[in-house]
Amino acid sequence: MNRLRVWPVVFALVVCLGLSLMAVPAKAMTSAQMRGLVDGETDSRIEVLGRVVAQGDEQTLIFLQALADDAVKVAGDKIWIVRESFGAGKALDPLTGNMQDLPADAQDVVSNNRFRGEIETALAALKLFSAQTTMRLQAVRALLKEPDSAKVPLLEKALQQEQDTSVKALLQLAISAAQLSDAQASVRLHAAQTLAQSQTPETQLLLNQRFAEETDPQVKLQLQKSLKTIADALKTGERLGAFFTGVSLGSILLLVALGLAITYGLMGVINMAHGELMMIGAYATYVVQVLFRQYLPGAFDAYLLLAVPLSFLASALVGALLERSVLRHLYGRPLESLLATWGISLILMQSVRSLFGAQNVGVENPSWMSGGIQVLANLSLPYNRLVIIGFAAFVLLAMALVIGKTRLGLFVRGVTQNRPMASCMGVNTARIDTYAFSLGSGIAGLAGCALSQVGNVGPDLGQSYIVDAFMVVVLGGVGQLAGTVYAALGLGLVNKLLEGVTGAVLAKICVLVFIIIFIQKRPQGIFAMKGRSAEA
Amino acid sequence: MKTKPTLSLPQRGPLFSRASGSAFVLALLAVCMLVPVLNLMVPAGHVLHMSDFAVALVGKIMCYAICALAMDLIWGYTGILSLGHGLFFAIGGYAMGMYLMRQIGQDGNYKSHLPDFMVFLDWKELPWHWALSDSFVATLCLVVLVPAVVSGVFGYFAFRSRIKGVYFSIITQAMTFAAMLLFFRNETGFGGNNGFTDFKRILNMPLATPSMRMVLFVLTGLFLLGFYAMALALVKSKYGRVLQAIRDAETRVMFSGYSPLPYKLSIWVISAVMCGVAGALYVPQVGIINPGEMSPANAIEIAVWAAVGGRGSLIGPIIGAFLVNGAKSWLTVTAPEIWLYFLGALFIAVTLYLPQGVVGLVQRLRQGVGK
Amino acid sequence: MTPELLAQGARRVAKRLDEKPASTDSGGRDASYGRIHKQDELDLAHGRILYLEDVSVSFDGFKAINNLSLDIAPGELRCIIGPNGAGKTTLMDIITGKTRPDAGRVFFGSTIDLLRHNEPEIAQLGIGRKFQKPTVFENLSVFENLELALKTPKSVRASVFFRLDSAQSDRLAHVLDTIHLADSMRTQAGQLSHGQKQWLEIGMLLMQDPKLLLLDEPVAGMTDLETERTAELFLSLKGQHSLMVVEHDMGFIQTISDIVTVLCDGAVLAQGTLEQVQSDERVIEVYLGR
Repeated sequence: MNRLRVWPVVFALVVCLGLSLMAVPAKAMTSAQMRGLVDGETDSRIEVLGRVVAQGDEQTLIFLQALADDAVKVAGDKIWIVRESFGAGKALDPLTGNMQDLPADAQDVVSNNRFRGEIETALAALKLFSAQTTMRLQAVRALLKEPDSAKVPLLEKALQQEQDTSVKALLQLAISAAQLSDAQASVRLHAAQTLAQSQTPETQLLLNQRFAEETDPQVKLQLQKSLKTIADALKTGERLGAFFTGVSLGSILLLVALGLAITYGLMGVINMAHGELMMIGAYATYVVQVLFRQYLPGAFDAYLLLAVPLSFLASALVGALLERSVLRHLYGRPLESLLATWGISLILMQSVRSLFGAQNVGVENPSWMSGGIQVLANLSLPYNRLVIIGFAAFVLLAMALVIGKTRLGLFVRGVTQNRPMASCMGVNTARIDTYAFSLGSGIAGLAGCALSQVGNVGPDLGQSYIVDAFMVVVLGGVGQLAGTVYAALGLGLVNKLLEGVTGAVLAKICVLVFIIIFIQKRPQGIFAMKGRSAEA
Repeated sequence: MKTKPTLSLPQRGPLFSRASGSAFVLALLAVCMLVPVLNLMVPAGHVLHMSDFAVALVGKIMCYAICALAMDLIWGYTGILSLGHGLFFAIGGYAMGMYLMRQIGQDGNYKSHLPDFMVFLDWKELPWHWALSDSFVATLCLVVLVPAVVSGVFGYFAFRSRIKGVYFSIITQAMTFAAMLLFFRNETGFGGNNGFTDFKRILNMPLATPSMRMVLFVLTGLFLLGFYAMALALVKSKYGRVLQAIRDAETRVMFSGYSPLPYKLSIWVISAVMCGVAGALYVPQVGIINPGEMSPANAIEIAVWAAVGGRGSLIGPIIGAFLVNGAKSWLTVTAPEIWLYFLGALFIAVTLYLPQGVVGLVQRLRQGVGK
Repeated sequence: MTPELLAQGARRVAKRLDEKPASTDSGGRDASYGRIHKQDELDLAHGRILYLEDVSVSFDGFKAINNLSLDIAPGELRCIIGPNGAGKTTLMDIITGKTRPDAGRVFFGSTIDLLRHNEPEIAQLGIGRKFQKPTVFENLSVFENLELALKTPKSVRASVFFRLDSAQSDRLAHVLDTIHLADSMRTQAGQLSHGQKQWLEIGMLLMQDPKLLLLDEPVAGMTDLETERTAELFLSLKGQHSLMVVEHDMGFIQTISDIVTVLCDGAVLAQGTLEQVQSDERVIEVYLGR
């Protein structure tokens, strides 16, 4: 029994010892050095600073930070650090790390601007030794941007101490970057070689600058090789970037066109007010965001949870209203429904202008949607676009399930294919029409909610996407969801890929011409419905 | 054994009936004589005087009326709803605009032989598509040919693939949208989003004088009446009946041996040329042209003029153009926020309650009274 | 050459000229090589005005027409019957160029491959079609409907400058009389009754003066009197024109038919006179019922 209790005690002792060891600050900074930093001429102070930085550690960091913050006081022989958090009259002795009472005759240490500048730079270098990884990363990145061969020893010291792999890699790069301007050609050569692995635009810039000044032909050659490697890698990044943007645009087009595919494909109504239904969804999101900001600022990140269903409902309601009052009387007259819905779109746009003003309104992403995944050096995939791609897929799936598996979906399909027969079977065709149209409009609202997260929200939000949406419906064919999906993704990709080559306007024109030519061959769209049912 | 039936078959009547013929002549007189007198000879301040503003306004609306007439020919009679005819209007306008810009000569802001916007963009010489712009005759040819060619190519491919109905309308809208984007860019050499403005002369005569305005007014009126007579002749002929047959039952038309493509294409090109001419008459009177004229919104408005007036009647769209644009002029001055509400409501009301437009309403009233 | 040989030759020729031509399968027509093909005339050397061989077409996997073979002699009045979905309307779509078959041959006369022409061309070649649902031009008057169907050049230019001449007027008047719509000449076609619309469409067909008429349920919705008149009309057309009539009304078919073809599931099930077909077991099972 006794023996068992020995081990925990020994363990505890070892732990305590370790902790106490850690508690004691490494006396890397001497009293003389500290004195040198607070007394005397600025030039001598800077000199001392240089030496102090070279040995750099945590304690130096704390002291220099205090100097920069004007928190250092001198009282006779001793130097104190005073901070508000210590409490009134308390000060920290940097040499011992003890908290003591501040002597009454303590005087402030004065530093001029030049010294301050030097301290800032020193601090930046010293952050290499900070306890926090993020600080170290920041420091290395800053040094990477402004490589200085004098800092190489400091960097090497930091490298020796470094545990974190990503910081280590960056440190090596920073060393190489600093070594690029070394006096020796062989060092430069080696540096140029290593830097080829850092495939970022900044390194490209650095190498280019060096290339312009370089005299040694071997080094020059290596620089060229490294530049080429980097360019190739960046190109992949660019292409993937264009691909991703294309998929993102395709997902947005899909959301926009899905609602249209229902109302036109299933019901034969051409709805020029579809863009405005999207705009209503976007504005609903804006209103929810404003309300959250005012009344529930803590829960701001969750505002989308309410905004998504609300934008669906808002647009669905407006759509239902539209259908009951106007479109009901225009079934079977597609050209007239086109004109009437255009009139409705004008009214909706003007109402929004009167309510919210003609300017764009700002909708912020919640914090979990800001930022992105850094896949490659020049390719970062924004979270908001990724979320929208996922959202579009979810909506598509949900819609397919509703249309294919629910009773409502069955009725909608029945009414579409044979209205009189469905009516004879007891289906309330009028109500089904309203539901179907509301569904399509609701999806438009969801599209508007999604758009508010990636773009501007204004009264003419709908106008910019409506032509594209129609192109998707024309290309994808009527009555088939799959066609809409393929057409949306295809158009999004083709548009973005062409943009890189020809510019946005010509890309749009090319797409239009392509669609006209494609329709020559397949007037029914990608997924044609042959036979007699294609009469309508 | 059947005897030869003695039937009096409907004869091909004269172009104008007595009533409409006299109305036509009256309109001709009004345009050519009454308005010039009221504007130029009757002193300002007199109750019968027609102000310069009114002359310009009516001239502008007459250009729109030509477009509405063109729309009636393709939509009212052939059943093709084009949401992009504003493009042809703008093309004609730009062609005339290019000529007028050259006519400014050295009198622009930069005192250069190049138009101001080119100097601003730092161009040294005229681009190739401005080559013919200093000749009036060449400009006139362009005003007719360019819309004809553009509409011909587009229409050929569209009709050949048998795109119909709403699909066709959407594609025309996309076409005009794409063209608008193209013209907004400075590189295309059409003045970017500012377009052309600040015209000084036409045919080396100053543009801003009352007599020149009147000449343009009378020309526009004559063209409107001339196009009306031409359209009337077309729709009263068998060609017009085939067009209506295409609108009503295209399959039956094909099975009767007519190929719809040449009919549709011919009326499409004719309507495009009409719009182009209207645009060319519009620009000197209004003094400016910019890519906004090509916007889909403008093109859809043409359809509403035809719908309000009554499509399929030729006179209806002209009335519709006057009514709607008159309302627009009045409302944008007195209550500008209401204009868009009014226009939107007009679209809805006309499609729901007045499918035959004003002309149809008048006819129904007449029938009601007659009973 | 002696005078005797000449005389012998002359006697031989005379004898040949007097002989009746041998009866052949082609109904006495001479189907040898090297016959002259006249521009506007249909080449009927093989004695068939319409010839379909092994035609197949499928829509989205459903085989609407399945190896169908059919032919019609000139001047014949053929009736096509069969249950719904047998492919009767699709058959007409193929003949008139509305639908392209996946396989098979369709010939008009001996030389015209219908698969190479589109609808207006086929109509101009001389095949007229009447639809199941009467399609007339609703907003034009009866007179204008018929005028449009006149057999004239159908180009744009011709239409702009077209004027009705006296021969055409006579023909119009004649057809108006035949379809009993002379009184409603100026009525808008949309205002006619269903039966009258059917007649108008038949009238338009007559105006076209086609060599082959395809009639899809011509008496559907007609009164007994109108049906009788239609039967009369068709019988009068037979001989000069060839007709293919799709119908369900057995009484009507009895009045007009010579040979009846029964279609089922996209292929020919039986063919023969009405009595033969009516007593065919398969036909009874599939269509006529016991």
